[in-house]
Amino acid sequence: MSTNAHNLPVQIPLPVDHLSPTRSSRGKAGLATVLRPIRGISAEVPKVALSDICLSYRTQSGERLLALDNINLQVKAGEFLCIVGPSGCGKSTLLHLIAGLHQQTSGQILVDGKRVQGPGTDRILIFQELGLFPWLTVGQNVEFGMKMKGVDRAEREEKTRYYLRLVHLSQFKDSYTHQLSGGMRQRVALARALATEPDVLLMDEPFAALDAQTRDLLHDELERIWAETGRTIIFVTHNVREAIRLGDRVALLTFRPGRVKREFPVNLPRPRVLEDVHVAQAAREILDELREEINRSLEVEYNVGVKPRVPTGVEE
Amino acid sequence: MKRAARLVVFYAGLLGLWTLLAHLKIWPPYLFPTPWGVGEALYAGFQDHSFLIAITVSMRRVLIGYAISVVLGMVLGLGVGSSKFLEETMGGLLVSLQSLPSICWWPLALLWFGLSQNAILFVVIMGSLLSVTLAMEDGRKQMPKIYGMAGRNLGASGFRLFWHVLLPASLPFIVSGLKQGWAFAWRSLITAEMLYLSLGLGQVLMMGRDLNDMSAVIAVMILIIAIGYVIDGVVFKTMERRLQNKWGLSPAS
Repeated sequence: MSTNAHNLPVQIPLPVDHLSPTRSSRGKAGLATVLRPIRGISAEVPKVALSDICLSYRTQSGERLLALDNINLQVKAGEFLCIVGPSGCGKSTLLHLIAGLHQQTSGQILVDGKRVQGPGTDRILIFQELGLFPWLTVGQNVEFGMKMKGVDRAEREEKTRYYLRLVHLSQFKDSYTHQLSGGMRQRVALARALATEPDVLLMDEPFAALDAQTRDLLHDELERIWAETGRTIIFVTHNVREAIRLGDRVALLTFRPGRVKREFPVNLPRPRVLEDVHVAQAAREILDELREEINRSLEVEYNVGVKPRVPTGVEE
Repeated sequence: MKRAARLVVFYAGLLGLWTLLAHLKIWPPYLFPTPWGVGEALYAGFQDHSFLIAITVSMRRVLIGYAISVVLGMVLGLGVGSSKFLEETMGGLLVSLQSLPSICWWPLALLWFGLSQNAILFVVIMGSLLSVTLAMEDGRKQMPKIYGMAGRNLGASGFRLFWHVLLPASLPFIVSGLKQGWAFAWRSLITAEMLYLSLGLGQVLMMGRDLNDMSAVIAVMILIIAIGYVIDGVVFKTMERRLQNKWGLSPAS
């Protein structure tokens, strides 16, 4: 879809130095008071701090490939950070590292000032392919993390009911996941992650496979749930507009090796609308930078001399 | 309805052919009994409780042996499926051992365990263990990696990760191996029982031979087939259907 957004007088967000966390505005000043107090909250210690993260691995042909190069990022408690980048920039891998499912080659990840050493229920990742358990019902899926934590049955049932209601799936408690639509499954994954009550929610392109209507709806719901529960969210997407729609801040990663190219604070009032001209305007700024990276990634992937062009203004 | 009619016609024809051959008296009746003779032998066997006792004894053995195989096989298979080292070393050995009929273990079993129930159990376990192990190994590899990651992500580890995630996630991939393991266990049991005075179905079958009573032999054969069929058709079919329904793999839906 194309817009004439750049003709409008909109204040374009300025990139910030990614090492100094800046205050982000949520538009509505009152929202901060809605947030649940989060343990370990402190002005000095960021919720999540990545310092000098490098990840390299050996390919099948035996050469070493640098996937992530010197990533430095800080996320404040209750912040909604979006990470965008072309496919293959290692943004999913970065989430896996924060989740503790893989180990970085060098550098360290701190959550509340403590080093990440393996998976922990303070950080829950919602996988791109969701990873819902097909042998369990929706309710049992949501309950799973609590069961592993040793929460007693009564409390589990109560919380399962609560979180299913939060994602509007109460009447599907006893269904199996294959009986649900894509958007509903997405919400089950969200409820399952939330029910474990993590401080940090890691989301890996969760809405990429959904139709536009469902996605819009889930954007609204995610924003509402984020405001209601006060979680810190790190959200990976390749869709710049989605990042602007949701994030307090957007970090742009480069293509192979993944580096933080720039960070953009999003100073737009919430709730935002995906089609809004201001969103489009802000997205354009990032998209210009992203396009370079996408072109590089296409060159590498198609491995041809002819440079494939990404048409301007096209974005999902 | 049509299918049922075809089945009735087929089996009636088979019985007719059998009766006809028996009545032609090409072979003496003690070598080639009539269907009625076999029916009488079945009736007599249940009348004097000898079949019931034999079935109870055999079922107990096969269930114990099979249960041990399943537990051991799952642990072994999971190990071989998860570890590159074990796969390279033990993987080949397991596959080659599978070509060995389990009854070949009988002489060793006799020396190790003596003429006892345990010798039979050993042969049963050796018969089904490898099928279960290989199925589990395969299931562990075929199982989408996402489930293990999701489980760890949600706080499961160690035995609980195996019990709550890895095992149920691999079930659809190992159910056919479990079924095959059952078939091997059942065959190994009957073979071993035929070699040893053991009270089981195998022994009753051999007794028929010793007494030149082919009606009894065929009656026991029918029992062995029937039990195998019922377990396969009821227990495993139900398990498969339930799995398919849960996972949404069912062709009907």
